[in-house]
Amino acid sequence: MQIYLPIADLPVNIFLILAMGLAVGFISGMFGIGGGFLMTPLLIFLGISPAVAVASVTGHIAASSLSGAISYWRRRAVDVPLAFMLLAGGIIGTASGVWLFTMLRSLGQLDITIGLSYVTLLGAVGGLMVLESVRAIVRARQGKPVELRRPGSHTWFHGLPFKLRFKRSRIYVSAIPVWTIGFVIGFVGAVMGIGGGFLLVPMLIYLLRVPTATVIGTSMVLTLVTMASATVMHAATNHLVDAVLALILMVGGVTGAQFGARAGQKISGERLRLLLGLLVLAVGIRFALNLVLQPADLFILRPLETGP
Amino acid sequence: MKRLSTLALTAAITAIALPAAAERLVTSLSNHRVMVTSNFTGDEVVLFGAVEQDTASRPRRGGYDIVVTVVGPRETFVTYRKDRVLGIWMNVESRTFEKVPAYLAALANRPLDAIANAETLRRQQLGLENYYYPQRTGPGTSDVVRDDPFRRAFLRLKQEHGLYREENNGVTFFTPLLFRASIPLPAQVSIGNYEVDVKLFADGALIARTTSALEVYKAGFEQMVASAAQNHGVLYGLATVAMALATGWFASVLFRRD
Repeated sequence: MQIYLPIADLPVNIFLILAMGLAVGFISGMFGIGGGFLMTPLLIFLGISPAVAVASVTGHIAASSLSGAISYWRRRAVDVPLAFMLLAGGIIGTASGVWLFTMLRSLGQLDITIGLSYVTLLGAVGGLMVLESVRAIVRARQGKPVELRRPGSHTWFHGLPFKLRFKRSRIYVSAIPVWTIGFVIGFVGAVMGIGGGFLLVPMLIYLLRVPTATVIGTSMVLTLVTMASATVMHAATNHLVDAVLALILMVGGVTGAQFGARAGQKISGERLRLLLGLLVLAVGIRFALNLVLQPADLFILRPLETGP
Repeated sequence: MKRLSTLALTAAITAIALPAAAERLVTSLSNHRVMVTSNFTGDEVVLFGAVEQDTASRPRRGGYDIVVTVVGPRETFVTYRKDRVLGIWMNVESRTFEKVPAYLAALANRPLDAIANAETLRRQQLGLENYYYPQRTGPGTSDVVRDDPFRRAFLRLKQEHGLYREENNGVTFFTPLLFRASIPLPAQVSIGNYEVDVKLFADGALIARTTSALEVYKAGFEQMVASAAQNHGVLYGLATVAMALATGWFASVLFRRD
């Protein structure tokens, strides 16, 4: 069944979009990520203009992260103070990201910057996650205790001032690395048009040593707030949010996220991280191939973007 | 210069002479307003036409030929060319095509080069190759040579999207004087005004011309959403977020098992 999208200005198959929402929702519920880094390229592949795809996906991510966040909230797996501290840095990061985005667009090199950042970030994050989780799984196989959380093992930033205690996550860290992480997520999210959950989860686990129990719920709350505000910002400045597209994606997404969240609880933390690492790495490699292999068509045609 | 003005003069005389000439062209579109609603998957507008002869008509040995040119709303497009830089394929060169038609169709009853000579086709801008595509060049704009790779790529990509088309059998004569042409509008057509230009040829010369217009517009729900997004951005954004939150909340209630 075809439906004409009012803002994207083209007809799409409603069931195809629903299925994409379901699939990406499942992954996002399972790993506690927004799934923007999967959904945006998929929509662009369908022929929806990148700007509309990025803007509409924000609404979809907001919906699936809310439904995820509620179920984690019921299980008391959300660290609210930590989410708010991250958010404080995130807002400044988003603003700086938007500024860089506008500047790169005026220089005409936005495509290549986005392509390279995807490759670098996804490659590095995916690679590290795969390495680390394989090592953890091997260690567990050999019968050694899993040493994800080493009490007393302090890194240099544990010496920083403004220390705060996050009770639910049982960590005692300085506010500076928390703000920095929030800033990086906001910045990267604005430039690359993604929620940044796939970056945030490993950063919280490896840098702040947030336990796996609270990391996904907290990440979802952060994603919810940033994506909801991004939707309003996109709608107010670029007028490119396609509500019909977003609604179809949401319905698929929230349903998928429920099943994904349940599937995620059946898998051990290490395996979950290994799977997410592989997924992130695969998308990174896909982007790398795009950059390195000779494209089938050397020419591309784009309508001239009339900036806001 | 002198030749040019003679040419212009001849053209002027021909133009004045046109109504007085033997044939008149009468056309009608099946639909002047194409409505884009939520089930829009493209449409087809049919053009009917008749060649009216009067007593002064000379018999035309070669019969009549019709060329219909449909020009969509004008937009600016950029064609990028990728090249390898340090092992990475990136956009290295681009050309900006200023205010060229977003949709362009050239429909005829037989191959254009059989209808008129190359010079006439070029002067009348008949066929995709002969249309004028102004490129941004420094301060002004100008069209370039035919085999310019960017111009060729632009035409090829537009045709691949189904938005530029040239059909040698797009016009059908069902009697020697009556014809019909179907104007295919693919699902991705731009919203706006389309100009339909019908030219009548006989023995390789333009003898009559008529133009009409059609409009592609959004209606109903599509129109409501599009205008809300454009005119009330913040409210529209808040509404979308509210919808997202409602959907997310509803799902978590619906699927709650504990």
